[in-house]
Amino acid sequence: MLEIEKPPTAMNSKIQGETMEVSMGPHHPSTHGVFRMNVELDGEVVVKLKPVFGYLHRNHEKIGESTSYLNSMPYTDRLDYFCSMTNNLAYALTVEKLAGIEVPERAEYLRVILSEVTRLQNHICLIGFLISDMGASGTPLMYAFREREKILDLLEALSGSRMMCNFMRFGGCRRDTPPGWLDRLRKLVDNFPRFLDEFEMLLVSNEILIARTQGVGKVSAEQAVNAGLTGPMLRAAGVNYDIRKVDGYGLYPQFKFRVPLGKHGDCYDRLMIRALEMRESIEILKQALSQIPEGPVINPKVKVRGLRPPAGEVYGRIEAPKGELGFYLISDGTANPYRYRVRPPSFINLTILEDMCLGRTVADSVVILGSVDIVLGEVDR
Amino acid sequence: METLEEIKSRAEQAVPGARLAIIPNANPVLPSSLLLDHEHAVEVARFLRDDPALKLDYCSNVTGVDWLDRVVKTKVKVKKEVEGAETEVDEERSESVPGFLEAVYHLFSMSLKHGPVVIRLQTSGRGTDNVEGTSKPLVPGEETALGKAACVPSLTPVYRSAEFQEREIYDLFGIHFIGHPDLRRILMWDGFLDHPMRKDYVAPDDYEYEPTAHGAVLEKAKRHAGARPGQDGCEQILGEGA
Repeated sequence: MLEIEKPPTAMNSKIQGETMEVSMGPHHPSTHGVFRMNVELDGEVVVKLKPVFGYLHRNHEKIGESTSYLNSMPYTDRLDYFCSMTNNLAYALTVEKLAGIEVPERAEYLRVILSEVTRLQNHICLIGFLISDMGASGTPLMYAFREREKILDLLEALSGSRMMCNFMRFGGCRRDTPPGWLDRLRKLVDNFPRFLDEFEMLLVSNEILIARTQGVGKVSAEQAVNAGLTGPMLRAAGVNYDIRKVDGYGLYPQFKFRVPLGKHGDCYDRLMIRALEMRESIEILKQALSQIPEGPVINPKVKVRGLRPPAGEVYGRIEAPKGELGFYLISDGTANPYRYRVRPPSFINLTILEDMCLGRTVADSVVILGSVDIVLGEVDR
Repeated sequence: METLEEIKSRAEQAVPGARLAIIPNANPVLPSSLLLDHEHAVEVARFLRDDPALKLDYCSNVTGVDWLDRVVKTKVKVKKEVEGAETEVDEERSESVPGFLEAVYHLFSMSLKHGPVVIRLQTSGRGTDNVEGTSKPLVPGEETALGKAACVPSLTPVYRSAEFQEREIYDLFGIHFIGHPDLRRILMWDGFLDHPMRKDYVAPDDYEYEPTAHGAVLEKAKRHAGARPGQDGCEQILGEGA
């Protein structure tokens, strides 16, 4: 039988000749922002990769500590600027846990609806970006952005801003939905599966996409857990851990939805997990939209502006579209938090970027980085 | 899940010599945390990760906290002789607690789906490497101008997810993690000297690369001239005459 010789990689042979160091970024279309990878190459094969970031660092945590609890709320929008609603939600939930605040039912429904809408929007963009990283420039991304635009219009009608929503408050939401808004959302939710069908039919069985993603950037389940991967990255490796199910925050225990799991932990699984998660989000949205009750959207007893939670420390987390988004707060009883910490999912998901890229080519490392789904506003804070 | 007391006593049995303490949360509704000693921290963390009843295999959040030197005032009743008769008098005593830094780890179990267990590591002082403008690694127990060196053992060998987060703490708080494979700055640039998340960090007057010798920046620089040389760059802003 014919033996096919394996190409020399860092994993299975010694380095042949001199290596070359390449600094990819900080301004490079594949890095999703100002992000740099210092790559050492043997031919075209990556033998060492060190991510360099911090270009967008503005010390979000220090600013959070020098201002009141409420003042940080609009600033959380700027963490992961694709998903300002879930950032708001995570922060509001943590402060509510610290101060023991109750939330009215309609606000809880609105929160679920808005987080799932955000998830749809984030995942559809990620798939578009990832495919454009693979060379299909333009068309798939614009398809995704067309759908995202419809969601952004709804968010604008609700909160006044397309991306920086600043919508959640301690004890509820800032305002109720404008007339007809829920019907517009229902229409969007009804039409979304048709778009997903079309998108998946065009792309997911595409030969080039499969060749570029299957078996690329593999992570085993043990490695994923130890490296603290969360969100779709973790579930693509086959670990069943969704904070919506585990913690059951908000109204999630009431809704019926499944948690899609991958098998191989490669880029293709990560892509597919996101596509499947969107289908589950639509299921949640349908249930929530049919059950949402009338009522107040904010707890009137809460002093939102001059909030002084009792002394203590708390860690609150949610399943954001990119993974576990956590806030750690220490209150000393004053109007400003003593310690304000954000646990950003995409920052920690980058921890094993090097392990995923070793032995692959430069072009693969671009796809792998794309499948991690980073947003530099959150990585650098 | 077991209570923190049970975890503590089991960990002390499993790791002989480990000195653990429970730090109560100021808010009794919220979970308390477990303080580890430096010598056995890695072993205790390994026990928490591998023990079949706990299986805290996922270290979610790692962060630092800065506690400055503070004075704790307590009222004590003292017996005193006043005009021949013995009476009880309230006396105020103040005790100064030296400042320290803390690394806080939030552990969860992905396989058993419970948590969090909060563990902490405390440094013996706030000493760091930025004083003389050099960035050399500190040795545990070393005396610096700011007090005892801020060192704790790194838990990255046990939890890979701590790698970047410990680097971030080193960068922003100046805690040195002994045993960390790659302890470098991560968010600030390499030439930066201070640790901005510390409570006593002084922000510079001017953030521009070229000095802005006018407006609010000049006002601030005039106020600071001489008091904090080298720290704000006020000499640069005010020019030669400062």
